[in-house]
Amino acid sequence: MAARNPGVEYDESWIQNIYINLPAVKRRAETLGTRRTVKKQWQAAWLLRAVTCIDLTTLAGDDTPSNVERLCYKAKHPIRGDLVKALDIKDKDITTGAVCVYPSRVADCVKALKACNGTNIPIASVATGFPTGQTPLKTRLDEIKQAVSSGAREIDIVINRTYALTGDWKGVYNEVRLMREACGEAHLKTILATGELGSMVNVYKASMVCMMAGADFIKTSTGKEGVNAILPVGLVMVRAIREYHHRTAHKVGFKPAGGIRSAKDACTWLSMMKEELGDEWTKPNLFRIGASSLLGDIERQIFHYVTGRYAAAHELPMA
Amino acid sequence: MAATGVAPQHNSVSNLFESLSYGPAPEADNVAKAWLEDHQRDFGHFIDGKWYKPAGERKKYTTKSPATGEELTATIQGNEEDVETAVSAARQAFKSWSTLAPHVRARHLYSIARHVQKHQRLISVIEAIDNGKPIRETRDADIPLVVRHFYHHAGWAQLMETEMRGWKPVGVVAAIVPWNFPLMLLTWKVCPALAMGNTVVLKPATYTRLSALLFAEICAEAGLPPGVFNVVTGNGAFGGQLAGHPDVDKVAFTGSTEVGQVLRRSTAGSGKKISLELGGKSPVVVFDTADLDSTVEGVVDAIWFNQGQVCSAGSRLLVQESVIDKLVSKLKERMSHLRLGDSLDKAIDMAAIVDESQKRSIDEYVQSARQEGAEVHQANISIPCRGCFYPPTLITGVQTVSRVVVEEIFGPVLVVLPFRTAKEAISLANNTQYGLGGSVWTENISLAMEVALNIKAGAIWINSHNVFDAAAGFGGYKQSGYGRDGGKEGLYEYVRPSWEERARPSDVENFNVKTFGNTLPPRPSVTDNSPAATETDTPSIDRTYKLYYGGAQKRPDGQYSRPIRNPDGKVVGLVGESNRKDVRNAVEAAHKAAPGWGKRAAHNRAQIVYYMAENLEVRRDEIAGRITSMCGKSIDDSRLEVDQAIQRLFYWGAYCDKYGGTVQETTLYGATVKIHESVGVIGIACPDDFPLLGFVSLFAPAVIRGNAVIVVPSEKYPLVALDFYQVFDTSDLPGGVVNILTGDRDHLVKYLSEHQDVQAMWYFGTAEGSKFVEHASAENLKRTWVNYGVKRNWSDVEQGQGEEFLYQSVQVKNIWIPMGDIFAN
Repeated sequence: MAARNPGVEYDESWIQNIYINLPAVKRRAETLGTRRTVKKQWQAAWLLRAVTCIDLTTLAGDDTPSNVERLCYKAKHPIRGDLVKALDIKDKDITTGAVCVYPSRVADCVKALKACNGTNIPIASVATGFPTGQTPLKTRLDEIKQAVSSGAREIDIVINRTYALTGDWKGVYNEVRLMREACGEAHLKTILATGELGSMVNVYKASMVCMMAGADFIKTSTGKEGVNAILPVGLVMVRAIREYHHRTAHKVGFKPAGGIRSAKDACTWLSMMKEELGDEWTKPNLFRIGASSLLGDIERQIFHYVTGRYAAAHELPMA
Repeated sequence: MAATGVAPQHNSVSNLFESLSYGPAPEADNVAKAWLEDHQRDFGHFIDGKWYKPAGERKKYTTKSPATGEELTATIQGNEEDVETAVSAARQAFKSWSTLAPHVRARHLYSIARHVQKHQRLISVIEAIDNGKPIRETRDADIPLVVRHFYHHAGWAQLMETEMRGWKPVGVVAAIVPWNFPLMLLTWKVCPALAMGNTVVLKPATYTRLSALLFAEICAEAGLPPGVFNVVTGNGAFGGQLAGHPDVDKVAFTGSTEVGQVLRRSTAGSGKKISLELGGKSPVVVFDTADLDSTVEGVVDAIWFNQGQVCSAGSRLLVQESVIDKLVSKLKERMSHLRLGDSLDKAIDMAAIVDESQKRSIDEYVQSARQEGAEVHQANISIPCRGCFYPPTLITGVQTVSRVVVEEIFGPVLVVLPFRTAKEAISLANNTQYGLGGSVWTENISLAMEVALNIKAGAIWINSHNVFDAAAGFGGYKQSGYGRDGGKEGLYEYVRPSWEERARPSDVENFNVKTFGNTLPPRPSVTDNSPAATETDTPSIDRTYKLYYGGAQKRPDGQYSRPIRNPDGKVVGLVGESNRKDVRNAVEAAHKAAPGWGKRAAHNRAQIVYYMAENLEVRRDEIAGRITSMCGKSIDDSRLEVDQAIQRLFYWGAYCDKYGGTVQETTLYGATVKIHESVGVIGIACPDDFPLLGFVSLFAPAVIRGNAVIVVPSEKYPLVALDFYQVFDTSDLPGGVVNILTGDRDHLVKYLSEHQDVQAMWYFGTAEGSKFVEHASAENLKRTWVNYGVKRNWSDVEQGQGEEFLYQSVQVKNIWIPMGDIFAN
């Protein structure tokens, strides 16, 4: 893992005079996918890379040890064995970037990953009153500590949108600071819930404030907002990451989450990382995709690459 | 698809998984190649609905793919006989095409749109391999715009009778288009031409003929009647022959300023309409309130779209000094991510330059910047080893005097200059002979609009660049030419007033434009003197008519006077004999007045014009009497002329606040605002018939639309126009808005037409004078409106106050204002 972002003192000037032109951002977003494409073995390779960046996620009220276990096994074996063999990539030991669950399911993950020999796969837990964050700060901080003590190595927190929308950026900063402390060694991903922030300027400010407060990753969404991971939001966030890097030399990761379902989308997001931030940001230490159904589509594409035939759904193990 | 394992080791999935590099993503060209084979890789012209290979010997031109150097096909080099064949086919077809019901023409255009869509991918591939541009651009920009243009103009064809009432088709249009957007720019000419009932002979550029030929075939497939659209191929001289064909009624040209000037001169005086869409050096103006990351992407669109081979390329980046370092460093970083490659590679940003000669020209410019000591930055990115490529280039450390800042490079080369304030930004933006496009980058809407209005160019994009749509006209100010492609404004280039027949002056061929306007001032004459009669022996007080400019009466610089005679030959007054220095002074005065006049509230301009009418009516009998004594009309006729002049002032006064522009219905989410801006300073030479009405009919529409004018009233009968300066003074018209110079019309017209800072010349005189005006106008590409020696009836409302007066009094600027800040809750 790269050196963590220690954060910096809160500096209001970093979020002043921020200008974001949404139509222009959208135009860039629209052409990202038309300016770049990968075919044949490049496409296969890119899709495999995408797999390693997936936070394979289940965040549902009906999660139980059984489906969580299935998820963990799939994280360990994301691509069918014969396909891995045909691609000659067994040595890469390709797994997803992490599994991502609610705090109460972390223990199930620990158990399942141990059972499938997947302890190298980090367990990410959402926390802090996910998805709304509307619980007392003390409760939210305790939740982090409990998740970490259950075995989570990554914590996906939600920021305080009440503070953000009322302009109390210092308040957002202070909370994230405390959350970072509560994480200890666990990596901190801050979910901005961009679909609730109202404007791209707020998305940028929230990104910058979280990075100042020591986020290891900034993440778009919980998957529960009306608008989740869309490329225009992604662009604004990665540009903020770039600016923070220029200012501090610290590298902060990016995690789009919610709504990324197709293999082609995954390539476009990877391409955005490569174009806007560079190759370093295309690896799981600095790039994750929060998704549940994406992996299935990628595996289908890999199947097609290897066999030249389109797979039936039942031919691939479900997550 | 081959299974894994066959790939070379370095391109194994395993290795690529580590490198995450891009690979080739080729678009197949098998269908395009098959189309070439269908034609045995040997193309003729497409005339009268079929392929045409002339019987005689013709030279061949082999087209190449700039990205690979591969030879594609032989094409024909046409000669004068082929021009004749094509023009006569178009002339023949015009008879039926122009008389078709608009609805039927609309169906034809609609069918073309449909058929282009059916063959969209084939056209995209052909265009990419023939021109060298990326398939992404032909697929996502060029060809969708072609389709959009046909749908939009199918609508104009349908609506011609209602929306273009009072106008009729011109005839045969010679369209000459360049190589940078071969099919798209062809479409920009062909759509309005066909929609308005004209037929077309098109000459594509030498380098890029294939899409035009393919398109001609598709039109035939779509059922377009033979001869309506014809394609002939040949070299530049061949294009000249086409434009020069006497049966061509209109020349529509997109290309270099130099060739545009040649065409303007060669067609001068012929009675042909002409529209020119020429070069540019468009500014990208970036303020410290801009979204700089988005600006960087805007610059990519501005200067690296189509390898920078775009007339409206944003080739001058003007940046507020406070953010210039930041922006330049962001740009350099961005440049390192640009990818160059084969035209058919779907994962590139830029492909090939159209031809080696163009590449050499680009490189010469860049070398000249290096020699001047500029910093030339070219990203360290890989460039294909074969093919004609030039890297994206950023030049800093240059100033307004640098050649790369002044001249159009037409390649992927961007120059950067700093500015301090918005006012200075506008000055720098306008410090160019061109005026095609420009963009303004700021989140401050007040600033954006003010700068957009002050940049003298036909298309201004706010926080974007190089956005096009069929519903908004594209075209230039200044030496970027005149006429618009697209929108309703573009239709006027392909119509003439219904009442008017094309003039075909026959005896101007050998007229020498060099000696036009030489003059010798007149001397006193005693025998012809006819002192004003009075009732006593006491002579009336002598009235001295002076020149009128800058709001004051001025003695002529040369201090000569010209006797004005009535039809009996008697002198009825003396007027000043103006010379070139008076022209110079008057133009200066007009420029001083023009900006303030243009900025006045339209309501205020209207009040002044109505006030003129009021003051003219007060002097109705006196002025009618002057007309009668001056030109021998009956007093009733003279009174009628005064009354009509009063009416006309009311008419144009009414238009002061009713022709400002409209909102265009483009595909942009936001507003595309068409603004009818003033042309600037207009020289007007009035006709001799209707000495008052002609004068009023011409100055009034110009003035109400915010122009300042220098009027040369009727040479024979100028006195009533001079009476008018008292009307101006008593009507609160600001000094310098209307300036009047009397004297030898040809002489004054010569200096007005040759003045580089006169933006348009209107001339109602002889066929020779018309030829001179059009010829001289080529130098600074001023707009012209001449009568080729053909009189019009100024008392007729269609002829004397038709829509063409408005068309001539404005130039269209389209401001593109994208909107949107809401993306979620």
